[in-house]
Amino acid sequence: MKGLPPVLITAIVLVAGFALCAMQFPNIASTRVVGNLLTDNAFLGIVATGMTFVIISGGIDLSVGSVIGFTTVFVALAIERWGVPPLVAFVAILALSAAFGAAMGAVIHVFDLPPFIVTLAGMFLARGASFLLSTESVPITAPIYSTVSDFALRMPGGGRLTAIAIIMLVIVIGGALLLHLTRFGANVYALGGSRTTASLMGVAVGKMTIKIYMLSSLLAGIAGIVFSFYTSAGYSLSAVGVELDSIAAVVIGGTLLTGGQGSVIGTFLGVLIQGLIQTYINFDGTLSSWWTKIATGVLLFAFIALQQGLVALARRPVAKRVGAAS
Amino acid sequence: MENSLDPALPLLEVRGISKSFGAVRALQEVDFTLRAGEIHALLGENGAGKSTLIKVVTGVFARDAGIVRLGGEEVAPRSAKAALQAGIATVYQEVNLLPNLSVAQNLFLDRQPMRFGIVREGEMRRRATALLADFGLDIDVAAPLGNYSVAIQHVTAIARAVDLSARVLILDEPTASLDRHEVEILFGIMRKLAGRGIGIVFVSHFLDQVYEISDRITALRNGRLVGERETASLPRLELIRMMLGRELAETTSARAATREHQAREVCASFENYGKAGYVAPFSLELRHGEVVGLAGLLGSGRTETARLVFGAERADRGQARVEGAAVRLQSPRDGVRHGFGYCPEERKTDGIVAELSVRENIVLALQAKRGLHRPLSRREQDEIARRYIKMLDIRPPDPERPVGLLSGGNQQKVLLARWLATSPRLLVLDEPTRGIDVGAHAEIIRLIRELCDDGLSLLVISSELDEIVTYSDRVVVLRDRAHVEELAGEAIDVGNILAAIAADGGGAAHEGHA
Repeated sequence: MKGLPPVLITAIVLVAGFALCAMQFPNIASTRVVGNLLTDNAFLGIVATGMTFVIISGGIDLSVGSVIGFTTVFVALAIERWGVPPLVAFVAILALSAAFGAAMGAVIHVFDLPPFIVTLAGMFLARGASFLLSTESVPITAPIYSTVSDFALRMPGGGRLTAIAIIMLVIVIGGALLLHLTRFGANVYALGGSRTTASLMGVAVGKMTIKIYMLSSLLAGIAGIVFSFYTSAGYSLSAVGVELDSIAAVVIGGTLLTGGQGSVIGTFLGVLIQGLIQTYINFDGTLSSWWTKIATGVLLFAFIALQQGLVALARRPVAKRVGAAS
Repeated sequence: MENSLDPALPLLEVRGISKSFGAVRALQEVDFTLRAGEIHALLGENGAGKSTLIKVVTGVFARDAGIVRLGGEEVAPRSAKAALQAGIATVYQEVNLLPNLSVAQNLFLDRQPMRFGIVREGEMRRRATALLADFGLDIDVAAPLGNYSVAIQHVTAIARAVDLSARVLILDEPTASLDRHEVEILFGIMRKLAGRGIGIVFVSHFLDQVYEISDRITALRNGRLVGERETASLPRLELIRMMLGRELAETTSARAATREHQAREVCASFENYGKAGYVAPFSLELRHGEVVGLAGLLGSGRTETARLVFGAERADRGQARVEGAAVRLQSPRDGVRHGFGYCPEERKTDGIVAELSVRENIVLALQAKRGLHRPLSRREQDEIARRYIKMLDIRPPDPERPVGLLSGGNQQKVLLARWLATSPRLLVLDEPTRGIDVGAHAEIIRLIRELCDDGLSLLVISSELDEIVTYSDRVVVLRDRAHVEELAGEAIDVGNILAAIAADGGGAAHEGHA
């Protein structure tokens, strides 16, 4: 058990779960289902990638669901009502959401406030603003939407790898590279280890905090655009509770909720596990879709317990040593 | 001063540093000189000002007065980071590295070798391995730092500091959690670095280690410089006197008349009481109306003894008795149940609840003893608070004032009142006069005697030997986590206590005072 990284356990759970589902419903093991699974969870994968950075750095971002909701409404209104070219609308909303995240990061750092409170405020703010724009669902009919929706790479076996699934995969891979290969990534882990120590070791903690929340909100903005492609509409009530789904994906993916440890790949596997449960319920047909939440809840408990066990195991020899020496 | 030593150019010069925290003067006109290539021990008891001096020099605290020169040039770092850039690195007892990152990342955080925006992991590991090899370590640098022992973490911290071109290396209690073998490795590294011309400040309370490794010793006491000496020509007894005692002539005469104590009844006794790895088994009898002082250096086992007696720490051998009946002390609750009280050394963190009022602080222990289902009425609380404020002369006499706003001496009195309200039979006081001004100091000592006259049994820890001598009926001397001597009656004087503390220094023990 010891030495087995949590992300490997997540992978085993995913493979075992997939095998079990495939035994009951052989059709699940097809590129068609897998392709749909990726498409259906594209926005979640994107936003959870950003959440991974935030949680590894020792923070939390509760605003992402609302940012997705705001983005869909903003994009829909900009294109349909205000006559803005779609690409300009995309750039504008991404700049806006990045600025929003940067502002939250700055508040967290400057006033030394808990991220939970600051991003909770951000959550209400963004959700409220989207209601202000429009309370009803705004369909998007711009040509780019049908083009993007129609685009897909054919996979062997008849599956379709859609544009939004591709965007998600690119972001997951890009996120993993950013986290594991760059100085920025190393600093994210450093912040999660201890902000004070990281600062003593020369890490610009303030700048890092701003950048991390900026990244999270930017990815939430992208997830919002992807979500608008997925639904071809903007609605102020879309993506309610997605922040919690993404936190669940991050934790199931083996990232420590207290920060300092985790991976983007694990988060991706966590997203797939949630998608798999949803798919199973769809195949079964008799189960209520709320079983997804129940199964996710059970898995979360299991993974948190597992992590505590691993952490305790990892700390034990050290504690013993210190005790003997003092 | 005695600063007519060799004329080697000083690397780090500290002149006339003063620092106050509110009314407490933590450092007064302290000088300190570090030469290139020397290992210089900085010694003093808790509260002597060692940490404050280090933090002032490294810019963690702003100084009130004085200058710091590094290599002849005046420096005034505003933060630990700035000090590091100037060439002064500090490695603390609790290693300031990130256990969740790899050893290599810890060594090169924020200065990793890069190519096209990507960290060159292989190159970084090669450099880390080479750097640590220089320190005699051959470990997997890709593994998380937290997987390694404290010793290796210390060496990694030192390697990082040295690689950041440190000219002055300050090691704050680096050996506190290392075993003998690890200490040897660390000392080897320290000698090697000193050989390269780095000046090393070694803060430690292990005198054996100080004598083994240091070239020179600077001792502080109560925020003042006591002196700087060559280690080789400083007898151990003399050093301990520098750290603890005042002039012997002054204090021995100040001893109050010893009272008869044999006839008194035993309040609590501990036979062969101890805990492995914490404090060696001891036997101790505490009688009613008697003050027993615990003397020894920092880390000698004084506080540990107090915690065992109170039940804050569980003994794994021996038998405790209260009024003759065998009892088990498993937790502070047990201690309180048997009528014990404990005023810990860290008043601010372990004692008072700063936000609560004087009244609430005073009734805290009594309420806890009674249990939650028998609350004290507000009238009873007011009555108790008024009584003790008057009895102990707590100022200002306002029961509703938050304790955090009181002076140190008055906070100490509130703590005393809290335990006195429970009508204890035994009160354990750990450094009751630490950090309080001179007037309050005398008052606390007077209170100790008065309480004792009322039949209370007291166990008092203090680093102020002349203070212990003034109020103790018996003094237990500790060294290396064991009780080594018990002095009673006429035998209690500063010289005898010092001699007992220094006894393991072999021949050096008695040459200091004749």
